Amino acid sequence: MTESQSLWLIPILPLIGAALNGLLGRRLPKMAVSAIAILSVLGSFLWVMKCLSALGNLDTPHAEHYFTWIQSGALEIGVDFMVDRLTRIMLLIVTGVGLLIHIYAVGYMDHEEGFSRFFSYLNLFMFFMLTLVLAKNFLLVFVGWEGVGLASYLLIGFYLKEKFAGDAGKKAFIVNRIGDFGFSLAMFLIVITFGSLDFTKVFEAAAKMPVEAHAGILTAIALLLFVGACGKSAQMPLYVWLPDAMAGPTPVSALIHAATMVTAGVYIVARASVIFDRAPIALDVVSYIGLLTAVVAATIGVTQYDIKKVFAYSTVSQLGFMFMACGAKAYSSGIFHVATHAFFKAVLFLGAGSVIHALHGEQDMRNMGGLRSKIPQTFATLCFAWLAISGVPGFSGALSKDEILIAVHGKSEWMFWVGVVTAGITAFYVSRAMFMTFFGEYRGKAHPHESPLSMTGPLWVLALLSAAGGYLMRDLVHSIGPETASHGDHGSLEFIIVAAGLLGIGLAAFMYLMNRGLSQSVAKALGPVYRLVYDKYRVDEFYDAALVRPIQAGSESVLWKGLDVLLIDGVVNGVGRTASAIGGILRRCQGGHVPSYATWIVLGAALVLIGFQLVGGGR
Amino acid sequence: MNSLFPTSADFIRFAPEIVLTVVGTLLMLLEPLTGDGKGEKPQLRWLAIAGLALAMAAAIFAYGDPGPAFNGMLLVDGFGTFFSVLVIGTGLLTVFCAQDYLIREKQENGEFYALLLFSIAGQCIMATANELIILFIGLEISSISSYILAGFLREDRRSNESALKYFLLGSFATGFLLYGVAWIYGLTGSTNLATIQATLAAGGVNPRLLALSAALMFVGFAFKVSAAPFQVWAPDVYQGAPSPVSAFLSAGPKAAAFAIFLRVFTTAFGSMADRWAPVFWGSALLTMIVGNFAALRQDNIKRMLAYSSIAHAGYVMVAVTSHSTVGTAAAMFYLASYAFVNVGAFAVVSYVAAKGEKHVGIGDFAGLAARQPLAALVMTIFFTSLIGVPLTAGFFGKFYIFKAALDAGMVWLTVLGLLNSAVAAYYYLRVIVVMYTHEPSVAVNELEPASSGLQFGWVAAAAATLALGIFPSALLEFASRAAILR
Repeated sequence: MTESQSLWLIPILPLIGAALNGLLGRRLPKMAVSAIAILSVLGSFLWVMKCLSALGNLDTPHAEHYFTWIQSGALEIGVDFMVDRLTRIMLLIVTGVGLLIHIYAVGYMDHEEGFSRFFSYLNLFMFFMLTLVLAKNFLLVFVGWEGVGLASYLLIGFYLKEKFAGDAGKKAFIVNRIGDFGFSLAMFLIVITFGSLDFTKVFEAAAKMPVEAHAGILTAIALLLFVGACGKSAQMPLYVWLPDAMAGPTPVSALIHAATMVTAGVYIVARASVIFDRAPIALDVVSYIGLLTAVVAATIGVTQYDIKKVFAYSTVSQLGFMFMACGAKAYSSGIFHVATHAFFKAVLFLGAGSVIHALHGEQDMRNMGGLRSKIPQTFATLCFAWLAISGVPGFSGALSKDEILIAVHGKSEWMFWVGVVTAGITAFYVSRAMFMTFFGEYRGKAHPHESPLSMTGPLWVLALLSAAGGYLMRDLVHSIGPETASHGDHGSLEFIIVAAGLLGIGLAAFMYLMNRGLSQSVAKALGPVYRLVYDKYRVDEFYDAALVRPIQAGSESVLWKGLDVLLIDGVVNGVGRTASAIGGILRRCQGGHVPSYATWIVLGAALVLIGFQLVGGGR
Repeated sequence: MNSLFPTSADFIRFAPEIVLTVVGTLLMLLEPLTGDGKGEKPQLRWLAIAGLALAMAAAIFAYGDPGPAFNGMLLVDGFGTFFSVLVIGTGLLTVFCAQDYLIREKQENGEFYALLLFSIAGQCIMATANELIILFIGLEISSISSYILAGFLREDRRSNESALKYFLLGSFATGFLLYGVAWIYGLTGSTNLATIQATLAAGGVNPRLLALSAALMFVGFAFKVSAAPFQVWAPDVYQGAPSPVSAFLSAGPKAAAFAIFLRVFTTAFGSMADRWAPVFWGSALLTMIVGNFAALRQDNIKRMLAYSSIAHAGYVMVAVTSHSTVGTAAAMFYLASYAFVNVGAFAVVSYVAAKGEKHVGIGDFAGLAARQPLAALVMTIFFTSLIGVPLTAGFFGKFYIFKAALDAGMVWLTVLGLLNSAVAAYYYLRVIVVMYTHEPSVAVNELEPASSGLQFGWVAAAAATLALGIFPSALLEFASRAAILR
C-alpha cells in the first residue's frame, strides 16, 4: 500500500469552483468567474500530475479508502478512489483537455448571457467525470455516470430561451435513462453474483470463472453494462440523442459530447474487461454494434450541411470504432483511440466553434467557403485534426485507428474490410466539410473575424497534440495491457488503411474542389437513397412513431384519463365520501371535545389491554 | 457504588441536565433586566443558544466515560447520548427558527427559552433514564414545560385550547403509564430496568398481570408518540400551538418518548416483547393509515403536518415492532432525520403564516418560489425527505426501517407501509406544485425577507437532511453500535 495521495482533491477542486460560481457567480465580475473556473481545473490537472509522478509506473493499482458510504448486511460500499494505468490515461485526458476547453470557453462565451451559470455547470461536469474515472466501485462510477448525465442535460439546454435546446436536453436525458437502467440492472446482477461492487473483489472473483461458451451470468452482466455504455457513448440504437446535443454551446460539444463523457461507455467496457473476456457472446455483440454504428453514422455524416452535425455524427462513428476495438479484446487500442480522438475531435469542435464565432452564429456550411484566408489560425489548426481523423501517417489518429483495424482483422476479415471502407468515408466527409468551409468562394454575408487568443491558444495546443499526442501517449496506453495483436508485421494491412484514408480525401477533393456541382448530380442520381441518408435513415421518425407517440397516447388515455381520473381520483374521492359517511362517529372522535377524546383513549386502552392478554397473557 | 454520596462521575454523567436547568433558571432571573423595549431580547436568545451548545458539549463529553450514575438510576450509554444530543440539537434549531416568530408576536422573553430548556432537560433525563421512576420524572418535566409552551400565546384562543387539551389528555395518558409502573413494581419488586429484566427472565411472574402492566405502559408511551389509537390529541395540539412550538413538540419530545418506549420494551420486557408483537403490528399499521389518509384531505398546512407527523410515528412504530437491534438503529436514524426535517418545515410554515398565523392554508404557499426562492427550496428539500426520495435523509430512514421489518419477517407490514408512503407522496407534492407553479398568493406577496437567524435555521436543517441522505453511514454506524441495549 503506497502512501495516500489525497486523490479526493482532484474532483473536489472543480466542485468548489462549481459551488462558488453557482452561488456567488452572478455578483462577481466575469474576470473572477473565469479565474475560478480555470484555476479550479488547473488545480486538479496539476494535482493529477503530482499524484502520477509520485505513483511511478503503477505496477499495482493505488487505492484510497475514505469512508464507508452504505452498509447493508454483508454488502459494504465505500467511497474509494483508485488509480491504475487505465485511470491514469483517463485522468490525463479529462483534466488536460478539460483545462484547455475551459480556457477556450472564456473567449467563446464572452458575449453570452449566463456566463457564471455556464462555468458552474462546466465545473460540475468535471467533478462528476473525475469521480467516474477515479471510482473504485460500480456504485460510485454510477454516481459519476448519472452526474455527468445531469451536467450534460443542463448544458445542452443551456440556451434557456431556445425551445429546441430544451427539447434536445430532455431527449438526451430520457434516452440515457434506458442505458442507465441497463447499468443499474448490471449492478444488481453483480451484487447477487459477487456480493460486492468493489472492482478488486468483483474482478478477482470473475477472473476465476470460466469463459462462457453459452450465455451465462457473466454474459448477462456484460450485455447489461454494454446497454449502459450504448446510452452514454451514443451507440446503436441509442445514439439519437448525441446529434441533437449539439444544441448546447460548442465548448460543451467539444468537452462533453466528444472528448470525455461520451467515452465513459468505452471506459466502463475496458474497466470490466475481465468480465467481457469471459463472455464471448457479449464481445460479438459489442463488435457488431460498434461496426454498425460506425457505418451508419459515417454515411449520415456525408450528407449533412450543419458543420456541428457533421462532427457529431463523426463522433458517433468514431465511438463505434472504439467499441470495435473492445469487441476484438483490444481494450488498450480502444482507450488509445479515446485519447487521440479526444485531441482531434476537440480541435474539430473548437475549430467549428471558432468558425461559428467568426460568422456570428452561422452553422450551415453552404453559407461558408473561402474562410482559409479570413481566419487562418483556425484553418491551420483544423488541418491538423483533419489529417489526424483521416488517418494520414504521422498524425496520432492514424496510430490508434491502425491498431483498431488490425485488431479487428484478427477477429474477422469481413469486419476489417467494412471498417476500412468506413475509415475511407470518414476521411471523405471531414474533407468535404473542410473544403466547403475553407475553400472556394465565400458565400456568407457576415464579416468573419479571427477569434481571440484565449480561443486560438488552446486550439494550437490541441492541434499539436493531434499530431504528436499519439506518439507521446502510446507507451502509457499500451502499459494498460493485455498485449494486443498489433505487434508484428502488418505492413500490408497498414498500407490498405492509409490508402483508404487518402482515397477518401482525394475523392472529396475531386467532388468539392475540382468539380463543384458533381456532388449535386451524385445526390440526384442516388435519389431516394440519398434522401434516406440525408434524413438520418429516419430513425428519429421511426422512434417517434413506434415509441414516443404510443407512449404519449397511452399516457393520455390509459394513465391520465383512465388510471388517474377514474381510479386514483375515484379512490381519493371515494375515501373522502366514505370518510364523510362514517363522519358521524369520527367527527365525534375528532370534534375537538376533550371528553370525547378521553372516551376514545379509554376505548383504545381497552383494545390494547385485550390485545396484550389475547396474544401473550396466557403463556 | 454503595455510598449514597454521588461521585464526580455521577455529576459528569448528569452534566447536560444540570447545565440546562441552571441556564434555564438564569434566563428567568435575567428576564426583567433585559430588553430594548421593542420586544426583542437577543441577549437571552444567545444565552439560550450558549446553554444548549454547552449542554450538547457536556452530553458528548459525558459519553467519553459511559456508565451508570446515581446508583443505577441513570445510564449514560450510546443510546442515551444519541437521544440527548438529538433533543438538544432540536432545541438549538428551534431557537433559530422561533426567533422571527417571537419578535413578530412581541413574545420574545426569557420564559420561552427557559421553558424550552427545561423541557429539553426532561427529555435528556428520559434519554438516559434506567429506572421507571426517573423515567416518569423526566417525562413529566418534559411534558409540563411542553404544555405551557403550547399555550404560550396567552391572548390567543387557539393556543390556549391547544394547551388545555394537551394537558388534560396528556395527564390522562400519564395515569396509565404510572399505573403500569406500579403494577410492575408490585410484580417484580423493582423499578430498575435491569433488575426487572432479570426477574422476568427468571420466570415465575404471572403472565396475565405482566401483560396487563405492559399494556398499561404501552398506552402511556403510545400516547406520547401519538401512535394510533391514541393520536387524537396531536392534530388539535399541533394546529393550535405556535408554529415553532409545534415544530419542537413533533420532534424533541416525540424522539425522547420513542427513546423510553424502545428502552423499556427492549430491556425490561426484552424477553417477552415478541409475544405482544401483533399489538404493535396493528398499532403501527393503524397509525400509518390514520396519519396518511387524514393528511390527504387537509387544507390547513399545520394540520396536514400534524397528521403527517402521526404517519411518521407509524413508520417508527414499524421499527419498534421489528424488535431487533437493526430496528432500534433504524428508528434512531429515522427520528434524527425526521427531527431536522420537521423543525425546518414548521419554520417555513411559521414564516409564511405571518403575524397572527393568518396564512396557514396550502393555497397561501402559492408562488412562494417566485418571491422567496430560498424558503421554497428548503421546503422542497424537507418535503422530498418526508416523501422519502433518495439523496435525502428520509429515504435512508425509510429504507432502514423497512429493511429491519423485512429482516424480522414482517413482509405484509412492509408492503402496507410502502403503499402508505406512496399515498403520502400526494399531499407533500401538492404543496411543492403550488409553491412552484402557481401565481403568488396575497400572503406570499406580503412576505418580508426572512431574518438571517431564520435563514440559518432553514439552511442548517436542509443541509443536515441532505448530508444524512448522501452520507448516512456515519450516523447509522453509531446508531447500530448504540442500539445494543442491555
